[in-house]
Amino acid sequence: MDPAAAAAVAEAHRAEWGRVLAAAARLTGDLDAAEDCAQDAYAGALAAWAEHGIPERPGAWLTTVARRRAMDLIRRRDTQRARLPVLAGPDPAITAAGEADAGDVIPDDRLRLIFTCCHPALAVDARVALTLRLLCGLTTAEVARAFLTSEATMAARITRAKKKITAARIPYRVPGPDQLPGRLAGVLDVVHLVFTTGHTAPAGTALQRRDLAERALDLARMLRLLLPDDPGVAGLLALILLTDARRHARTDPAGRLLVLADQDRGAWDRGEISEGLALARQALQHRPYTRYPLMAAIAATHATAPRFEATDWAQILALYDQLAAIWPSPIVALNRAIALGQARGPAAGLAALDALAAEPQLTGYHYLPAARAEYLRRLGRLDEARLAYDEALLLAGNTTERDYLTARRAGLDA
Amino acid sequence: MTRGPDGEAGEMAEYVVFIWDDERSWERAGPATVEATMAAHREFMARNAAALRGGNRLHPSAASTSIRHTPDGGVSISDGAFAETKEVIGGYYLIEATDLDEALRIAAEVPAPFGGVEVRPVLPAGQADGIA
Repeated sequence: MDPAAAAAVAEAHRAEWGRVLAAAARLTGDLDAAEDCAQDAYAGALAAWAEHGIPERPGAWLTTVARRRAMDLIRRRDTQRARLPVLAGPDPAITAAGEADAGDVIPDDRLRLIFTCCHPALAVDARVALTLRLLCGLTTAEVARAFLTSEATMAARITRAKKKITAARIPYRVPGPDQLPGRLAGVLDVVHLVFTTGHTAPAGTALQRRDLAERALDLARMLRLLLPDDPGVAGLLALILLTDARRHARTDPAGRLLVLADQDRGAWDRGEISEGLALARQALQHRPYTRYPLMAAIAATHATAPRFEATDWAQILALYDQLAAIWPSPIVALNRAIALGQARGPAAGLAALDALAAEPQLTGYHYLPAARAEYLRRLGRLDEARLAYDEALLLAGNTTERDYLTARRAGLDA
Repeated sequence: MTRGPDGEAGEMAEYVVFIWDDERSWERAGPATVEATMAAHREFMARNAAALRGGNRLHPSAASTSIRHTPDGGVSISDGAFAETKEVIGGYYLIEATDLDEALRIAAEVPAPFGGVEVRPVLPAGQADGIA
Protein backbone atom coordinates (compact mmCIF):
# COMPACT_ATOMS: atom_id res chain seq x y z
CA MET A 1 0.00 0.00 0.00
CA ASP A 2 1.20 3.49 -0.87
CA PRO A 3 1.60 5.22 2.50
CA ALA A 4 1.10 8.73 1.08
CA ALA A 5 -2.11 7.72 -0.65
CA ALA A 6 -3.31 5.87 2.45
CA ALA A 7 -2.63 8.93 4.61
CA ALA A 8 -4.44 11.16 2.14
CA VAL A 9 -7.44 8.83 2.11
CA ALA A 10 -7.47 8.74 5.93
CA GLU A 11 -7.32 12.53 6.06
CA ALA A 12 -10.07 12.85 3.46
CA HIS A 13 -12.13 10.35 5.42
CA ARG A 14 -12.04 12.57 8.42
CA ALA A 15 -12.48 15.85 6.59
CA GLU A 16 -14.85 14.92 3.78
CA TRP A 17 -16.87 11.84 4.74
CA GLY A 18 -20.03 13.76 5.56
CA ARG A 19 -19.90 15.80 2.37
CA VAL A 20 -19.36 12.73 0.17
CA LEU A 21 -22.15 10.76 1.83
CA ALA A 22 -24.53 13.73 1.79
CA ALA A 23 -24.01 14.24 -1.94
CA ALA A 24 -24.73 10.56 -2.63
CA ALA A 25 -27.79 10.60 -0.34
CA ARG A 26 -29.31 13.41 -2.39
CA LEU A 27 -29.35 11.02 -5.35
CA THR A 28 -30.15 7.71 -3.69
CA GLY A 29 -32.71 9.04 -1.24
CA ASP A 30 -31.60 6.20 0.99
CA LEU A 31 -28.94 6.43 3.68
CA ASP A 32 -27.75 2.84 3.49
CA ALA A 33 -27.22 3.09 -0.25
CA ALA A 34 -25.49 6.44 0.22
CA GLU A 35 -23.14 4.90 2.77
CA ASP A 36 -22.28 2.13 0.29
CA CYS A 37 -21.56 4.70 -2.43
CA ALA A 38 -19.31 6.73 -0.12
CA GLN A 39 -17.54 3.56 1.02
CA ASP A 40 -16.94 2.55 -2.61
CA ALA A 41 -15.51 5.96 -3.40
CA TYR A 42 -13.00 5.76 -0.55
CA ALA A 43 -12.04 2.20 -1.46
CA GLY A 44 -11.50 3.32 -5.06
CA ALA A 45 -9.44 6.30 -3.91
CA LEU A 46 -6.88 4.08 -2.22
CA ALA A 47 -5.92 2.39 -5.49
CA ALA A 48 -6.47 5.36 -7.79
CA TRP A 49 -4.48 7.83 -5.73
CA ALA A 50 -1.59 5.38 -5.33
CA GLU A 51 -1.45 4.98 -9.09
CA HIS A 52 -2.23 8.47 -10.39
CA GLY A 53 -1.27 10.64 -7.47
CA ILE A 54 -3.37 12.45 -4.92
CA PRO A 55 -5.90 14.78 -6.58
CA GLU A 56 -5.73 18.49 -5.92
CA ARG A 57 -9.20 18.47 -4.34
CA PRO A 58 -9.65 15.05 -2.75
CA GLY A 59 -13.14 15.92 -1.51
CA ALA A 60 -14.37 16.82 -4.99
CA TRP A 61 -12.79 13.64 -6.42
CA LEU A 62 -14.50 11.46 -3.81
CA THR A 63 -17.84 13.24 -4.17
CA THR A 64 -17.79 12.82 -7.95
CA VAL A 65 -17.04 9.11 -7.68
CA ALA A 66 -19.68 8.56 -5.00
CA ARG A 67 -22.26 10.39 -7.07
CA ARG A 68 -21.35 8.31 -10.13
CA ARG A 69 -21.95 5.18 -8.04
CA ALA A 70 -25.27 6.61 -6.91
CA MET A 71 -26.30 7.29 -10.51
CA ASP A 72 -25.40 3.70 -11.47
CA LEU A 73 -27.51 2.49 -8.60
CA ILE A 74 -30.48 4.61 -9.66
CA ARG A 75 -30.19 3.40 -13.25
CA ARG A 76 -30.16 -0.19 -12.06
CA ARG A 77 -33.15 0.56 -9.85
CA ASP A 78 -34.94 2.15 -12.82
CA THR A 79 -34.25 -0.94 -14.94
CA GLN A 80 -35.76 -3.14 -12.27
CA ARG A 81 -38.72 -0.85 -12.13
CA ALA A 82 -39.15 -1.10 -15.88
CA ARG A 83 -39.32 -4.85 -15.49
CA LEU A 84 -41.82 -4.69 -12.66
CA PRO A 85 -44.19 -1.97 -13.73
CA VAL A 86 -47.04 -3.15 -11.55
CA LEU A 87 -45.11 -3.31 -8.30
CA ALA A 88 -43.23 -0.05 -8.55
CA GLY A 89 -44.15 2.92 -10.66
CA PRO A 90 -41.68 5.40 -12.10
CA ASP A 91 -40.23 7.84 -9.62
CA PRO A 92 -39.72 11.14 -11.40
CA ALA A 93 -38.07 12.67 -8.35
CA ILE A 94 -35.04 10.39 -8.59
CA THR A 95 -34.14 10.99 -12.20
CA ALA A 96 -35.04 14.65 -12.02
CA ALA A 97 -32.80 15.16 -8.99
CA GLY A 98 -29.97 13.35 -10.74
CA GLU A 99 -30.10 15.58 -13.78
CA ALA A 100 -30.66 18.77 -11.86
CA ASP A 101 -27.41 18.21 -9.99
CA ALA A 102 -25.31 17.44 -13.02
CA GLY A 103 -23.81 20.95 -13.08
CA ASP A 104 -20.21 21.84 -12.29
CA VAL A 105 -20.79 22.96 -8.74
CA ILE A 106 -21.50 20.14 -6.36
CA PRO A 107 -23.77 21.51 -3.66
CA ASP A 108 -22.78 20.99 -0.06
CA ASP A 109 -25.52 18.73 1.23
CA ARG A 110 -24.12 18.25 4.72
CA LEU A 111 -26.66 20.66 6.16
CA ARG A 112 -29.52 18.51 4.87
CA LEU A 113 -27.82 15.45 6.26
CA ILE A 114 -27.38 16.86 9.75
CA PHE A 115 -31.01 18.01 9.85
CA THR A 116 -32.09 14.47 8.94
CA CYS A 117 -29.77 12.90 11.53
CA CYS A 118 -30.91 15.31 14.26
CA HIS A 119 -34.63 15.17 13.47
CA PRO A 120 -36.71 15.52 16.64
CA ALA A 121 -38.71 12.41 15.69
CA LEU A 122 -35.58 10.35 16.46
CA ALA A 123 -34.46 9.48 19.99
CA VAL A 124 -31.64 11.68 21.26
CA ASP A 125 -29.12 8.84 21.45
CA ALA A 126 -29.99 7.86 17.88
CA ARG A 127 -29.47 11.45 16.73
CA VAL A 128 -26.00 11.49 18.26
CA ALA A 129 -25.13 8.07 16.83
CA LEU A 130 -26.32 8.91 13.32
CA THR A 131 -24.51 12.24 13.33
CA LEU A 132 -21.23 10.66 14.39
CA ARG A 133 -21.57 7.87 11.91
CA LEU A 134 -22.94 9.66 8.85
CA LEU A 135 -21.41 13.13 9.21
CA CYS A 136 -18.15 12.24 10.92
CA GLY A 137 -17.60 8.79 9.45
CA LEU A 138 -17.12 7.00 12.78
CA THR A 139 -17.64 3.27 12.58
CA THR A 140 -20.40 1.68 14.61
CA ALA A 141 -17.72 0.22 16.90
CA GLU A 142 -16.24 3.67 17.48
CA VAL A 143 -19.64 5.20 18.24
CA ALA A 144 -20.36 2.31 20.62
CA ARG A 145 -17.04 2.84 22.41
CA ALA A 146 -17.71 6.54 22.75
CA PHE A 147 -21.01 5.90 24.50
CA LEU A 148 -19.93 2.82 26.44
CA THR A 149 -22.42 0.46 24.86
CA SER A 150 -21.79 -2.75 23.02
CA GLU A 151 -21.32 -2.68 19.28
CA ALA A 152 -24.41 -4.87 18.85
CA THR A 153 -26.57 -2.46 20.83
CA MET A 154 -25.27 0.51 18.88
CA ALA A 155 -25.72 -1.28 15.54
CA ALA A 156 -29.33 -2.06 16.46
CA ARG A 157 -29.91 1.55 17.50
CA ILE A 158 -28.53 2.89 14.20
CA THR A 159 -30.44 0.36 12.10
CA ARG A 160 -33.66 1.17 13.91
CA ALA A 161 -33.20 4.90 13.41
CA LYS A 162 -32.47 4.46 9.71
CA LYS A 163 -35.57 2.32 9.32
CA LYS A 164 -37.67 4.94 11.03
CA ILE A 165 -36.25 7.58 8.67
CA THR A 166 -37.46 5.48 5.74
CA ALA A 167 -40.78 4.30 7.20
CA ALA A 168 -41.91 7.65 8.59
CA ARG A 169 -40.31 9.59 5.70
CA ILE A 170 -38.12 11.88 7.69
CA PRO A 171 -37.15 14.38 5.00
CA TYR A 172 -33.68 15.03 3.62
CA ARG A 173 -34.06 18.74 3.60
CA VAL A 174 -33.11 21.91 5.40
CA PRO A 175 -36.30 23.00 7.20
CA GLY A 176 -38.14 26.06 5.98
CA PRO A 177 -37.82 29.40 7.76
CA ASP A 178 -40.81 28.75 10.04
CA GLN A 179 -39.30 25.54 11.43
CA LEU A 180 -35.62 26.38 11.13
CA PRO A 181 -34.96 28.03 14.52
CA GLY A 182 -36.40 25.16 16.56
CA ARG A 183 -34.84 22.47 14.45
CA LEU A 184 -31.45 24.18 14.38
CA ALA A 185 -31.52 24.39 18.17
CA GLY A 186 -31.90 20.60 18.18
CA VAL A 187 -28.89 20.21 15.88
CA LEU A 188 -26.79 22.48 18.10
CA ASP A 189 -27.79 20.43 21.16
CA VAL A 190 -26.56 17.23 19.50
CA VAL A 191 -23.19 18.82 18.65
CA HIS A 192 -22.95 20.24 22.18
CA LEU A 193 -23.73 16.83 23.67
CA VAL A 194 -20.96 15.26 21.58
CA PHE A 195 -18.59 17.95 22.85
CA THR A 196 -19.48 17.65 26.53
CA THR A 197 -19.20 13.86 26.33
CA GLY A 198 -15.71 14.31 24.91
CA HIS A 199 -14.68 17.18 27.18
CA THR A 200 -15.38 15.20 30.35
CA ALA A 201 -16.09 11.57 29.64
CA PRO A 202 -18.98 10.32 31.81
CA ALA A 203 -17.01 7.17 32.62
CA GLY A 204 -13.69 5.51 31.96
CA THR A 205 -10.15 6.30 33.01
CA ALA A 206 -9.37 9.22 30.69
CA LEU A 207 -10.77 12.61 31.67
CA GLN A 208 -11.31 13.59 28.04
CA ARG A 209 -12.33 11.75 24.91
CA ARG A 210 -10.39 13.83 22.45
CA ASP A 211 -11.86 12.02 19.44
CA LEU A 212 -15.36 13.19 20.40
CA ALA A 213 -14.33 16.72 21.40
CA GLU A 214 -12.55 17.13 18.07
CA ARG A 215 -15.47 15.77 16.08
CA ALA A 216 -17.77 18.22 17.84
CA LEU A 217 -15.40 21.03 16.92
CA ASP A 218 -15.41 19.84 13.29
CA LEU A 219 -19.22 19.75 13.28
CA ALA A 220 -19.51 23.21 14.82
CA ARG A 221 -17.05 24.56 12.24
CA MET A 222 -19.06 22.91 9.48
CA LEU A 223 -22.28 24.53 10.73
CA ARG A 224 -20.51 27.87 10.96
CA LEU A 225 -19.40 27.51 7.34
CA LEU A 226 -22.89 26.62 6.15
CA LEU A 227 -24.85 29.04 8.37
CA PRO A 228 -22.44 31.96 8.79
CA ASP A 229 -25.09 34.44 9.98
CA ASP A 230 -26.68 32.39 12.75
CA PRO A 231 -25.87 33.65 16.26
CA GLY A 232 -26.62 30.26 17.85
CA VAL A 233 -24.07 28.58 15.60
CA ALA A 234 -21.47 31.30 16.30
CA GLY A 235 -22.22 30.96 20.01
CA LEU A 236 -21.82 27.18 20.03
CA LEU A 237 -18.54 27.30 18.10
CA ALA A 238 -17.31 30.03 20.47
CA LEU A 239 -18.33 27.97 23.52
CA ILE A 240 -16.56 24.87 22.21
CA LEU A 241 -13.38 26.78 21.32
CA LEU A 242 -13.23 28.66 24.64
CA THR A 243 -13.80 25.47 26.63
CA ASP A 244 -11.57 23.28 24.50
CA ALA A 245 -8.77 25.85 24.83
CA ARG A 246 -8.20 24.54 28.37
CA ARG A 247 -7.64 20.94 27.27
CA HIS A 248 -3.89 20.78 28.00
CA ALA A 249 -4.27 22.49 31.37
CA ARG A 250 -6.96 20.23 32.79
CA THR A 251 -4.63 17.53 34.11
CA ASP A 252 -1.16 17.62 35.65
CA PRO A 253 1.72 15.61 34.17
CA ALA A 254 0.62 12.61 36.26
CA GLY A 255 -2.87 12.77 34.73
CA ARG A 256 -4.52 14.15 37.86
CA LEU A 257 -7.47 16.52 37.47
CA LEU A 258 -6.78 20.23 37.79
CA VAL A 259 -9.90 22.31 38.41
CA LEU A 260 -10.22 25.82 36.99
CA ALA A 261 -8.66 27.37 40.12
CA ASP A 262 -5.51 25.23 39.80
CA GLN A 263 -4.95 25.37 36.05
CA ASP A 264 -1.87 26.98 34.49
CA ARG A 265 -3.58 29.58 32.33
CA GLY A 266 -0.39 29.91 30.30
CA ALA A 267 -1.16 26.43 28.95
CA TRP A 268 -4.52 27.53 27.57
CA ASP A 269 -4.69 27.61 23.78
CA ARG A 270 -4.45 31.31 22.94
CA GLY A 271 -5.37 30.76 19.30
CA GLU A 272 -8.63 29.04 20.19
CA ILE A 273 -9.38 31.68 22.81
CA SER A 274 -8.99 34.62 20.45
CA GLU A 275 -11.03 32.87 17.78
CA GLY A 276 -13.68 32.02 20.39
CA LEU A 277 -13.78 35.56 21.76
CA ALA A 278 -14.33 37.04 18.29
CA LEU A 279 -17.15 34.59 17.62
CA ALA A 280 -18.74 35.22 21.02
CA ARG A 281 -18.71 38.97 20.37
CA GLN A 282 -20.37 38.38 17.03
CA ALA A 283 -22.99 36.05 18.51
CA LEU A 284 -23.82 38.57 21.24
CA GLN A 285 -24.64 41.29 18.76
CA HIS A 286 -28.00 39.62 18.18
CA ARG A 287 -30.92 40.14 20.58
CA PRO A 288 -32.62 38.51 22.28
CA TYR A 289 -29.79 36.33 23.51
CA THR A 290 -30.19 32.61 23.07
CA ARG A 291 -28.64 29.72 24.95
CA TYR A 292 -25.26 29.23 23.27
CA PRO A 293 -24.27 32.89 22.91
CA LEU A 294 -24.87 33.26 26.67
CA MET A 295 -22.89 30.13 27.48
CA ALA A 296 -20.12 31.44 25.24
CA ALA A 297 -20.19 34.72 27.15
CA ILE A 298 -19.70 32.81 30.41
CA ALA A 299 -16.81 30.82 28.92
CA ALA A 300 -15.35 34.09 27.58
CA THR A 301 -15.43 35.63 31.06
CA HIS A 302 -13.34 32.72 32.37
CA ALA A 303 -11.05 32.83 29.35
CA THR A 304 -10.22 36.50 29.83
CA ALA A 305 -9.51 36.32 33.58
CA PRO A 306 -5.71 36.49 33.99
CA ARG A 307 -5.88 34.52 37.26
CA PHE A 308 -8.65 32.48 38.90
CA GLU A 309 -8.82 35.04 41.73
CA ALA A 310 -9.42 37.79 39.15
CA THR A 311 -12.52 36.05 37.73
CA ASP A 312 -15.46 38.44 37.37
CA TRP A 313 -17.95 36.29 39.28
CA ALA A 314 -20.55 39.05 39.42
CA GLN A 315 -20.63 39.09 35.64
CA ILE A 316 -20.76 35.29 35.45
CA LEU A 317 -23.64 35.26 37.94
CA ALA A 318 -25.50 37.90 35.91
CA LEU A 319 -25.00 35.81 32.76
CA TYR A 320 -26.29 32.69 34.52
CA ASP A 321 -29.34 34.67 35.64
CA GLN A 322 -30.04 35.57 32.02
CA LEU A 323 -29.41 32.00 30.91
CA ALA A 324 -31.75 30.61 33.59
CA ALA A 325 -34.46 33.01 32.43
CA ILE A 326 -34.45 31.65 28.87
CA TRP A 327 -33.26 28.09 29.60
CA PRO A 328 -34.60 27.09 33.01
CA SER A 329 -32.80 23.78 33.41
CA PRO A 330 -31.62 22.25 36.71
CA ILE A 331 -28.05 22.04 35.33
CA VAL A 332 -28.06 25.79 34.69
CA ALA A 333 -29.46 26.33 38.18
CA LEU A 334 -26.61 24.22 39.60
CA ASN A 335 -23.95 26.22 37.76
CA ARG A 336 -25.64 29.44 38.81
CA ALA A 337 -25.56 28.30 42.46
CA ILE A 338 -21.83 27.58 42.17
CA ALA A 339 -21.23 31.03 40.64
CA LEU A 340 -23.33 32.59 43.41
CA GLY A 341 -21.08 30.98 46.00
CA GLN A 342 -18.00 32.42 44.28
CA ALA A 343 -19.56 35.85 44.04
CA ARG A 344 -21.19 36.10 47.49
CA GLY A 345 -19.45 33.53 49.65
CA PRO A 346 -19.80 29.82 50.48
CA ALA A 347 -22.89 30.20 52.71
CA ALA A 348 -24.89 31.81 49.90
CA GLY A 349 -23.61 29.17 47.46
CA LEU A 350 -24.51 26.32 49.79
CA ALA A 351 -28.02 27.67 50.35
CA ALA A 352 -28.56 27.89 46.60
CA LEU A 353 -27.25 24.35 46.13
CA ASP A 354 -29.44 22.97 48.92
CA ALA A 355 -32.46 24.50 47.23
CA LEU A 356 -31.79 22.14 44.32
CA ALA A 357 -31.67 18.97 46.46
CA ALA A 358 -35.14 17.86 45.35
CA GLU A 359 -34.52 18.34 41.61
CA PRO A 360 -35.17 14.93 40.07
CA GLN A 361 -32.89 15.70 37.12
CA LEU A 362 -29.98 16.27 39.50
CA THR A 363 -30.30 13.09 41.53
CA GLY A 364 -27.44 10.94 40.38
CA TYR A 365 -25.51 13.98 39.11
CA HIS A 366 -22.23 14.01 41.05
CA TYR A 367 -21.48 17.70 40.49
CA LEU A 368 -24.20 18.69 43.00
CA PRO A 369 -22.75 16.87 46.06
CA ALA A 370 -19.22 17.72 44.86
CA ALA A 371 -20.08 21.43 44.83
CA ARG A 372 -21.79 21.15 48.22
CA ALA A 373 -18.70 19.45 49.61
CA GLU A 374 -16.48 22.34 48.51
CA TYR A 375 -18.67 24.98 50.12
CA LEU A 376 -19.12 22.90 53.30
CA ARG A 377 -15.33 22.55 53.49
CA ARG A 378 -14.88 26.29 53.17
CA LEU A 379 -17.45 26.82 55.93
CA GLY A 380 -15.51 24.47 58.20
CA ARG A 381 -18.37 21.93 58.32
CA LEU A 382 -15.95 19.08 57.71
CA ASP A 383 -18.12 16.12 58.73
CA GLU A 384 -20.85 17.18 56.35
CA ALA A 385 -18.26 17.86 53.67
CA ARG A 386 -16.95 14.31 54.10
CA LEU A 387 -20.45 12.90 53.61
CA ALA A 388 -20.98 15.07 50.54
CA TYR A 389 -17.69 13.85 49.01
CA ASP A 390 -18.80 10.28 49.73
CA GLU A 391 -22.06 10.93 47.93
CA ALA A 392 -20.25 12.48 44.95
CA LEU A 393 -17.87 9.50 44.83
CA LEU A 394 -20.81 7.15 44.76
CA LEU A 395 -22.13 8.87 41.64
CA ALA A 396 -19.02 9.88 39.68
CA GLY A 397 -18.10 7.46 36.89
CA ASN A 398 -14.91 8.99 35.54
CA THR A 399 -11.79 7.66 37.24
CA THR A 400 -9.88 10.95 36.96
CA GLU A 401 -12.74 12.82 38.62
CA ARG A 402 -13.08 10.12 41.28
CA ASP A 403 -9.36 10.37 42.11
CA TYR A 404 -9.74 14.13 42.48
CA LEU A 405 -12.73 13.76 44.81
CA THR A 406 -10.90 11.11 46.86
CA ALA A 407 -7.91 13.44 47.24
CA ARG A 408 -10.14 16.37 48.26
CA ARG A 409 -11.86 14.19 50.83
CA ALA A 410 -8.53 13.03 52.22
CA GLY A 411 -7.44 16.69 52.35
CA LEU A 412 -10.14 17.36 54.96
CA ASP A 413 -8.15 15.38 57.54
CA ALA A 414 -4.86 17.08 56.75
CA MET B 1 -36.10 9.57 3.87
CA THR B 2 -37.64 11.67 1.18
CA ARG B 3 -35.89 14.04 -1.11
CA GLY B 4 -38.07 17.06 -1.21
CA PRO B 5 -35.68 19.93 -1.41
CA ASP B 6 -36.74 22.55 -3.85
CA GLY B 7 -40.36 21.74 -4.50
CA GLU B 8 -39.51 18.37 -6.02
CA ALA B 9 -42.77 16.50 -6.21
CA GLY B 10 -42.61 13.15 -4.47
CA GLU B 11 -45.25 10.53 -3.95
CA MET B 12 -47.49 11.03 -0.95
CA ALA B 13 -47.63 8.89 2.14
CA GLU B 14 -50.41 8.28 4.61
CA TYR B 15 -50.21 8.75 8.33
CA VAL B 16 -52.71 8.02 11.06
CA VAL B 17 -52.87 10.68 13.73
CA PHE B 18 -54.09 9.02 16.93
CA ILE B 19 -55.64 11.31 19.49
CA TRP B 20 -54.72 10.10 22.96
CA ASP B 21 -56.99 11.53 25.63
CA ASP B 22 -57.49 11.37 29.33
CA GLU B 23 -61.10 10.15 29.45
CA ARG B 24 -61.69 11.34 33.00
CA SER B 25 -60.89 14.89 31.95
CA TRP B 26 -63.50 14.54 29.23
CA GLU B 27 -66.06 13.32 31.75
CA ARG B 28 -65.32 16.27 34.01
CA ALA B 29 -65.32 18.80 31.18
CA GLY B 30 -68.41 20.97 30.88
CA PRO B 31 -70.49 21.23 27.73
CA ALA B 32 -68.79 24.50 26.82
CA THR B 33 -65.37 22.80 26.70
CA VAL B 34 -66.75 19.92 24.68
CA GLU B 35 -68.40 22.26 22.21
CA ALA B 36 -65.25 24.41 21.92
CA THR B 37 -63.16 21.31 21.20
CA MET B 38 -65.59 20.07 18.57
CA ALA B 39 -65.55 23.51 16.97
CA ALA B 40 -61.76 23.37 16.97
CA HIS B 41 -61.93 20.01 15.19
CA ARG B 42 -64.31 21.40 12.57
CA GLU B 43 -61.91 24.26 12.04
CA PHE B 44 -58.96 21.88 11.80
CA MET B 45 -60.80 19.75 9.22
CA ALA B 46 -61.72 22.77 7.13
CA ARG B 47 -58.17 24.09 7.22
CA ASN B 48 -56.61 20.74 6.28
CA ALA B 49 -59.29 19.37 3.97
CA ALA B 50 -56.74 18.78 1.20
CA ALA B 51 -54.68 16.44 3.38
CA LEU B 52 -57.50 14.63 5.18
CA ARG B 53 -58.37 11.09 4.06
CA GLY B 54 -60.55 10.09 6.97
CA GLY B 55 -61.02 10.22 10.68
CA ASN B 56 -63.49 9.67 13.46
CA ARG B 57 -64.19 10.30 17.05
CA LEU B 58 -64.39 7.00 18.94
CA HIS B 59 -66.67 5.82 21.72
CA PRO B 60 -65.00 5.80 25.15
CA SER B 61 -62.66 2.89 25.84
CA ALA B 62 -65.35 1.33 28.09
CA ALA B 63 -67.03 0.37 24.82
CA SER B 64 -63.84 -1.27 23.58
CA THR B 65 -63.23 -4.99 23.36
CA SER B 66 -59.74 -6.45 23.14
CA ILE B 67 -58.87 -9.67 21.41
CA ARG B 68 -55.68 -11.61 21.99
CA HIS B 69 -54.70 -14.78 20.25
CA THR B 70 -53.83 -17.53 22.66
CA PRO B 71 -51.01 -20.05 22.18
CA ASP B 72 -53.53 -22.87 21.62
CA GLY B 73 -54.81 -21.16 18.48
CA GLY B 74 -57.95 -19.72 20.03
CA VAL B 75 -58.77 -16.17 20.98
CA SER B 76 -59.25 -14.55 24.34
CA ILE B 77 -61.69 -11.69 24.43
CA SER B 78 -61.67 -9.10 27.17
CA ASP B 79 -63.43 -5.92 28.07
CA GLY B 80 -61.65 -2.60 27.52
CA ALA B 81 -58.62 -1.22 25.72
CA PHE B 82 -55.15 -2.80 25.60
CA ALA B 83 -52.97 -0.35 27.43
CA GLU B 84 -53.57 0.17 31.13
CA THR B 85 -52.75 3.86 30.89
CA LYS B 86 -54.60 6.97 31.81
CA GLU B 87 -54.68 8.04 28.17
CA VAL B 88 -56.59 6.06 25.56
CA ILE B 89 -57.23 6.62 21.88
CA GLY B 90 -60.26 8.85 21.61
CA GLY B 91 -60.22 9.47 17.88
CA TYR B 92 -58.04 9.52 14.83
CA TYR B 93 -57.43 11.19 11.52
CA LEU B 94 -56.05 9.61 8.39
CA ILE B 95 -53.95 12.20 6.60
CA GLU B 96 -51.81 12.36 3.49
CA ALA B 97 -48.47 14.19 3.47
CA THR B 98 -45.27 14.28 1.43
CA ASP B 99 -43.08 13.58 4.45
CA LEU B 100 -42.98 13.48 8.22
CA ASP B 101 -42.40 17.21 8.59
CA GLU B 102 -45.62 17.97 6.75
CA ALA B 103 -47.48 15.27 8.69
CA LEU B 104 -46.20 16.70 11.98
CA ARG B 105 -47.20 20.20 10.97
CA ILE B 106 -50.77 19.03 10.31
CA ALA B 107 -50.90 16.79 13.39
CA ALA B 108 -49.72 19.64 15.61
CA GLU B 109 -52.95 21.44 14.70
CA VAL B 110 -55.19 18.60 15.88
CA PRO B 111 -57.06 19.73 19.01
CA ALA B 112 -56.18 17.50 21.96
CA PRO B 113 -56.89 19.47 25.13
CA PHE B 114 -56.67 16.44 27.44
CA GLY B 115 -53.73 14.58 25.95
CA GLY B 116 -51.70 14.58 22.77
CA VAL B 117 -51.47 13.02 19.38
CA GLU B 118 -49.30 10.28 17.93
CA VAL B 119 -48.33 10.17 14.26
CA ARG B 120 -47.85 6.73 12.77
CA PRO B 121 -47.00 6.07 9.13
CA VAL B 122 -49.42 3.76 7.34
CA LEU B 123 -47.73 0.68 5.93
CA PRO B 124 -48.97 0.43 2.34
CA ALA B 125 -50.48 -2.94 1.47
CA GLY B 126 -47.89 -5.33 0.09
CA GLN B 127 -44.90 -3.40 1.44
CA ALA B 128 -42.53 -5.01 3.92
CA ASP B 129 -42.49 -3.63 7.45
CA GLY B 130 -39.26 -1.69 7.80
CA ILE B 131 -39.01 -1.58 11.57
CA ALA B 132 -37.08 -4.39 13.19
